[in-house]
Amino acid sequence: MSNRKKKKKLTPAQQEYQRFAKAREMKRPVWSNALRAFIAGGIICAIGQGIQEFFIKYFNFTEVTAGNPTVAVLIFISVLLTGFGIYDHIAQWAGAGTAVPVTGFANSVVSAAMEHRSEGLVLGVSAKMFELAGSVIVFGVFAAFVVALIKLTIKALGGI
Amino acid sequence: MEKIIFAFLVGGGICVIGQLLMDVLKLTPAHTMCALVVTGAVLGGLGLYEPLIKFVGAGATVPISSFGNSLFKGAMAEAERSGIIGVLTGIFEVTSAGISAAIIFGFLGALIFKPKG
Repeated sequence: MSNRKKKKKLTPAQQEYQRFAKAREMKRPVWSNALRAFIAGGIICAIGQGIQEFFIKYFNFTEVTAGNPTVAVLIFISVLLTGFGIYDHIAQWAGAGTAVPVTGFANSVVSAAMEHRSEGLVLGVSAKMFELAGSVIVFGVFAAFVVALIKLTIKALGGI
Repeated sequence: MEKIIFAFLVGGGICVIGQLLMDVLKLTPAHTMCALVVTGAVLGGLGLYEPLIKFVGAGATVPISSFGNSLFKGAMAEAERSGIIGVLTGIFEVTSAGISAAIIFGFLGALIFKPKG
């Protein structure tokens, strides 16, 4: 796509260099990364399931409503681990295994907030908090909006 | 107990999809998250995400894809009660816990902790 367009403009020497760089680029260990992501992500979800069953058993939540408090507890744990600098260590090993669960969302919020603490509470912490998580919220909300409109239109037209 | 195993397998599987998006398609983590959230919203719209939650519980609710599904679910539930404007008023209804918790704990965390390394 855009890569090909760029390649045409390069001089032969630059193209030569790009081939050279590509041959020496570190190969990503796809299989072991995937395995690590699987183990770490699976464990986080299993812990979530454990918390969920705790809420169902002792606080009379149903299987549907227990999801929300579970997410809140996981976020709280993730904030603590991020604050003590433990989450980033785990994340280095686990890759997407810690990024994809909701704990990774919380981690990105807290680490961005902490990082910009020196710029003050208003311009630093509050403004930069959603530096990374903001894109997730924007895309999620917009996608949900479009999908909901499509679904409502189909319903109004008498389909499905 | 078997639900915990299902949660482990499916939750781990979704994380593997994320890892493959990053490694094979060379997406940045932010792009990967956005792709998963949009996928979750679309799966919710197709009516496929709720059955998955019933079956694997936290395996489907903990990964970020459930965020997209929850946004969609809130919008639809409110739209059924109060018409088309409900899409706007209801979109954060279900995800409020997650976003509020992230903001509140995140703010407190930034006040209490000092960045490491």
